[in-house]
Amino acid sequence: MQESSNIIRLLSAIAAIVLGSGGVIALFYAANILVNRLPYQLRSRILPWVYMAPALAVLTAFLILPTIRTVIISFMDRRSEAWVGFDNYIFAFTNSDMLIAFRNNVLWLVLVTGISVSLGLVIAVLVDRVKYEPLAKALIFLPMAISFVGASVIWRFVYAYQPPGVEQIGLLNAIVVALGFEPIGWLVNKTVNNFALIAIMIWLQTGFAMVLLSSAVKGIPKDVIEAARIDGANEFQIFWRITIPMISSTIVVVSTTIIVLVLKVFDIVFVMTGGNLDTDVIASRMIKEMFNFRNFGRGSAIAVILLLAVIPVMVTNIRRFQQQEANR
Amino acid sequence: MIQLPEKRSPQSLTLMDRVEKLLTAAPVHLVVILLAVLWTLPTAGLLISSFRQPDVLLETGWWTVFTPPFNPGQFHLGNYADVLTGQGMGQAFLNSLIITIPATVMPIAIATFAAYALAWMRFPGRQLLFVVIVGLLVVPLQMTLIPVLRAYNTLGMSGTFLAVWLAHTGYGMPLGIYLLRNYIGTLPRDLIEAAAVDGASHLKIFTRIVVPLSTPAIASFAVFQFLWVWNDLLVALVYLGGNQNVAPVTLVLRNLVGDRGQDWHLLTAGAFISMIVPLLVFFALQRYFVRGLLAGSVKG
Repeated sequence: MQESSNIIRLLSAIAAIVLGSGGVIALFYAANILVNRLPYQLRSRILPWVYMAPALAVLTAFLILPTIRTVIISFMDRRSEAWVGFDNYIFAFTNSDMLIAFRNNVLWLVLVTGISVSLGLVIAVLVDRVKYEPLAKALIFLPMAISFVGASVIWRFVYAYQPPGVEQIGLLNAIVVALGFEPIGWLVNKTVNNFALIAIMIWLQTGFAMVLLSSAVKGIPKDVIEAARIDGANEFQIFWRITIPMISSTIVVVSTTIIVLVLKVFDIVFVMTGGNLDTDVIASRMIKEMFNFRNFGRGSAIAVILLLAVIPVMVTNIRRFQQQEANR
Repeated sequence: MIQLPEKRSPQSLTLMDRVEKLLTAAPVHLVVILLAVLWTLPTAGLLISSFRQPDVLLETGWWTVFTPPFNPGQFHLGNYADVLTGQGMGQAFLNSLIITIPATVMPIAIATFAAYALAWMRFPGRQLLFVVIVGLLVVPLQMTLIPVLRAYNTLGMSGTFLAVWLAHTGYGMPLGIYLLRNYIGTLPRDLIEAAAVDGASHLKIFTRIVVPLSTPAIASFAVFQFLWVWNDLLVALVYLGGNQNVAPVTLVLRNLVGDRGQDWHLLTAGAFISMIVPLLVFFALQRYFVRGLLAGSVKG
């Protein structure tokens, strides 16, 4: 009985996977057959749109229209029935929980971006000189593959707290106690809990920064560094005067990518503390307004604020892309 | 035949060099090894803990397994059996596969066709279209949750696999088109024009030339999308609602943390189950993934 239901589950899983994956490819083949029946002139004009159509459809349905809709809802009440002007935005910028979320987000942005980029850069420069470079890089890069939820469980264990006198099972408190201090409630103590959460994100992102920066460091021509050495520059001077200026564009790209990611992050906060004890960030506030309080107007306003924060990054991205196209 | 004194000096110089090199390199090794260990320790602790008996797990730290006397009896597979059968992790693992595979294949197919059209077909507005897509790369998906959820509710689609497949396809599309168009655009023009002169249709050029040559870019996007979908919590949380039958591992794991945050034996085993597939994919395709990161970010 149990056996057969398991087999049915497995079969329906395979069926779902085949259907979902094959469906899209079948769609393109069917469209192509249809287009081939048209007269040649018409065909070459329609074909690009046939190739573009599914992409445009999902982009419109899942990104463009919903974004416009969210902006509209943000000016309406909790159930989107009446217009309320800027009320939701006034709430977002005056409510004390929201202000804490903004403060935390600034903290996240500065610390995660600053530390993971500079640490990534230091590792990228140092790892270039050791023989076990691939292994060291793989170990530091590995957390990239771990989900925020998985990482949260890993770190809950690192931060685990037992009252004083009881043996600590969390690594960090075991070290603290071994050094002769009282154990710390890393996630409940309001002076450290935000930093405890931020540390997780730094752990996850440093490898990403390291990989990109490392390839940029390797791209610096060797003779430039040799010349500087012959002129008597020491390692620190080479680092500040040559390495950093020569890879500055990569540093900017890595920083902006991490900034965008940090602005959107909610999983770590949601799983670790639920946003309690002053640990909320903008994105986790949004989920709270949406699900816990069912206030779609406020939730949307918070999402729009997120978008506004990302726009400068979007503009520089498009500019950079256009320059790149012009150089092609 | 005079013995040249210089002959020996380069050798002694290299010896001196070596000593000096060792001395200056020592801090480098120290920092690199320290950071690598620091970065690995949290995950290693989780892995070791997930094999320990539930009661010892709550009494002593995982590092005590290394202190003598060594006792192999404290390790067992029971935590995994518990979490797989009792907590629905087995079904969730299957659900994650059902969600992730189509949600990776679908955007790859759609984005590759679109990228080909943008790179090698002439039609009005294609530059503008691409600029819009680059702009969409950074739109926080939080912007879209409420309207899409409402549309799903009206259509009766929330809580279905189709709902998450389509959503992940939409959210992955800008990155897919961006990476793939950049790559497909750099394929040799002669090759594609020669095929066209020989009378090959666009579909033939696409399937026989462009797709095989673009494997590295397609693979790197596949890794991105696979990791992103497998590790996703937000999309699953919002569009699958409370439907436990379709919940992926991230959602079940989150519920474990929420309901019974102190059941370390379930949490550690559950977290490791959720990590196995992405870690395997990551290591198997790491080369492509790194290349994809670089193609999208450092170029230019």
